[in-house]
Amino acid sequence: MPDATGLELIAQELRDADAESVLDTVFFRGRAALLVAPAAVPATLERLRERGYAFMASVHGVDYFPEEPRLGVHYELLDMREVDRISVRTRVPLSDPHVPSVTPAWPTADHQEREVFDMFGVIFDGHPDLRRILMPEDYEGHPQRRDFPLGGEPVLFTHNERQTPSWWE
Amino acid sequence: MSDVDTTRRDSLTPAIGYREMEQSVDVSHIAHPETEELLTINFGPHHPATHGVLRLLVTLEAEIVREIKPIIGYVHTGIEKTAEDKAYWKAIPVIERMDYLAYYFNAMAYCGAVETILDLEVPPRAQYLRVIHMELNRIMSHLVWLGTTALDLGAISMFWYCFRDREQILDLFEMSSGQRMHTRYFQVGGVFEDIPVGWEQKVRKFTSRMPTRVDEFQALLRKNEIALQRLRDVGVVDEQTLLDLGVTGPLLRATGNPWDLRKAEPYMSYDHFDFKIPVGTVGDNWDRMVVRMLEMKESVRIIEQALDGLPAGPYITDDRKYALPPRHELATSMEALIHHFKLVTEGFRVPPGEVYYPIESPRGEMGVFLRADGSSKPARVHMRDPSFVNLQAMKPMSEDLYIADFIATLGMLDPVLGGIDR
Amino acid sequence: MEVTRHGHGAGGMTEFRARQLRARDMLRGALEDSEIEEHVQQSILTTTLDKVGRWAVGNANFPLSFGLACCAIEWMSHIGPRIDIARFGFEAARATPRQADTIFLSGRISIKMAPVIRRIWEQMLEPRYVVAMGACSSSMGVFNNYALIPGDKFLPVDLHVPGCPPRPESLVHGILKLRAAILSQPTQDWRTRYGGRGTEEVVAELVRDNPNAVQDINVFRGGAGETSQGA
Repeated sequence: MPDATGLELIAQELRDADAESVLDTVFFRGRAALLVAPAAVPATLERLRERGYAFMASVHGVDYFPEEPRLGVHYELLDMREVDRISVRTRVPLSDPHVPSVTPAWPTADHQEREVFDMFGVIFDGHPDLRRILMPEDYEGHPQRRDFPLGGEPVLFTHNERQTPSWWE
Repeated sequence: MSDVDTTRRDSLTPAIGYREMEQSVDVSHIAHPETEELLTINFGPHHPATHGVLRLLVTLEAEIVREIKPIIGYVHTGIEKTAEDKAYWKAIPVIERMDYLAYYFNAMAYCGAVETILDLEVPPRAQYLRVIHMELNRIMSHLVWLGTTALDLGAISMFWYCFRDREQILDLFEMSSGQRMHTRYFQVGGVFEDIPVGWEQKVRKFTSRMPTRVDEFQALLRKNEIALQRLRDVGVVDEQTLLDLGVTGPLLRATGNPWDLRKAEPYMSYDHFDFKIPVGTVGDNWDRMVVRMLEMKESVRIIEQALDGLPAGPYITDDRKYALPPRHELATSMEALIHHFKLVTEGFRVPPGEVYYPIESPRGEMGVFLRADGSSKPARVHMRDPSFVNLQAMKPMSEDLYIADFIATLGMLDPVLGGIDR
Repeated sequence: MEVTRHGHGAGGMTEFRARQLRARDMLRGALEDSEIEEHVQQSILTTTLDKVGRWAVGNANFPLSFGLACCAIEWMSHIGPRIDIARFGFEAARATPRQADTIFLSGRISIKMAPVIRRIWEQMLEPRYVVAMGACSSSMGVFNNYALIPGDKFLPVDLHVPGCPPRPESLVHGILKLRAAILSQPTQDWRTRYGGRGTEEVVAELVRDNPNAVQDINVFRGGAGETSQGA
């Protein structure tokens, strides 16, 4: 991992290139993370790719409910030569959940961005085929948001199985 | 699906609209000679050769696969959301059931993430025990892969041999933890309990025979003309395409890239052991198969070294705030009783933080992203499953293959749908 | 059905040889009355066609090769050498539902997969049986959430095997119970077994054109005990 000073240097370089891109840096338990503005995500990832972080390990979403902005998208980057990891995070509010898609530049993000869309409702502009991937295509709602109910069926025991008639009755 | 009459619209049959939405395969970009017609057929989700409920819309020109479109989600279980509802300790069984062939790895990645946020030290004995169990699980996962893939190729005898050896590993798991699969053995801070007397001898008996078994498997397939013809130079993808697609694990190592997290970013004292990383040269199906078989042998070496150097000591962390106290203390110590009560009912609290913890599972890089918000339940658990990302490599791997080769390539991809769908 | 076995041990090789000679004589038509009686008692079984049919179904029950999740791996080890359910007749795991007798719901059933399973089950021919293997298909198992439904919601399940995944002995016990149930009950389609009323699928246009179509079709009507006529 880049250590704390390395992280600050990277953040400074990115801010030099684009002043509004890096909003914050987080260094926690030896792991480095950059908080960037949503619109600057593809450009930031490209600049990090030039610095060596050429492998995208993961794209995943987080719901920060009740903090605003609520929906977060995290990109985990890996530098295989230096064995370095860095995390790029962005947050979008529910009212405007648009993040430019990085799929054209990083093909690995294809299915992963679809999953973030399916589970959280973040819309990736420029994604070639943004459909639901895990839930049925006509499902309504975004299940992994924190205010989506967990759901579930009442479990049938002998004491309540007669209350729910079987589908063939 | 072309003979389905989709003009009938009924309130009684709403499913037809849904099916139409998935029929969206655009074949205009596929160049094909005028005499041939492109046929799109549906492959799965119930199919004997897809490893699990994978559905593929395959566009064929005669018998050559031109385009595939995977549709997944048929075993989506909402594991990540269920884990948010449970205490950290109680989420371990839920998380284990994700990639159902590599359950120790699921638990390891999750426990590792929690331990990182807590800054908790895992005692050396627990680390070695974790390594032994993970490597046994790696061998077991590769055995199941080998058995089912050989079944797809038609070499049915391999299935019986591989499952015979798999039963021995499951016996070892049953002896150490009580369950064959999904053992809940890894806990935050160490392992659930110490290995019983006699387990080490049984593992040594197993590891003494395993390399010969792997040699037998190789002997069955290495000079088999049919296997060679079906697997050599089939499904070749170059390394850069795989890296762009985020593929890790034996698929990447078959192309010659020796990326293995056990060597590159050692965790759980993997750096104490001396083992090699098998890499391929060409990146075809044959290399993928041999890489996994040799990995089984390397895992045996790791297990033997771990058993030789197994340190004495506690099997779980001493920190009573996170690990249950031993039962004999409950009768004498008040603090132990209180800690036990609090841990079992509410669970321990984890200070706020976000961490991504990657490990090397049999299929590639398995990572767990954990966000803790200070309460006793995780706020977000995401599992970066290797099969989910590796599935994207199916497209370049299956370009211009015959259907039979396509099935073999799908087997060599080693998808585990539990991990893909979570 | 009574099966009396005369091993080689009861009387030994001489007894066996005597039976052989008697059989040869019978074929030649050279046996006398009492000898015919004896021969018939020793070598011919009488039963009803019903019982023989059930015996065949129970002892040669082909499972559908169907696996959903973790229980499928345990299911594969049942086909494997140690547990080997082929010795109970579950030998040929058919890939096509048209040729299969039993579907093992081995694994968690997500809402996306449920219509697929239903369609597969409908393609199976009577008599067909459903085994819900594991906790996830019977109830939701470890996960009770938005994405799963239990098998009972859309299929009539004959056997529930608990466990996560069930121990091999557990599933074998369940399979033997299923076999005992098949051997003892009269061969019934699932509607009769479960007393399902009015569950026949009627084509939508038929009802639209002729609202009395359901009554006109010869369907299962009335209480349990009445057999269906035709349909």
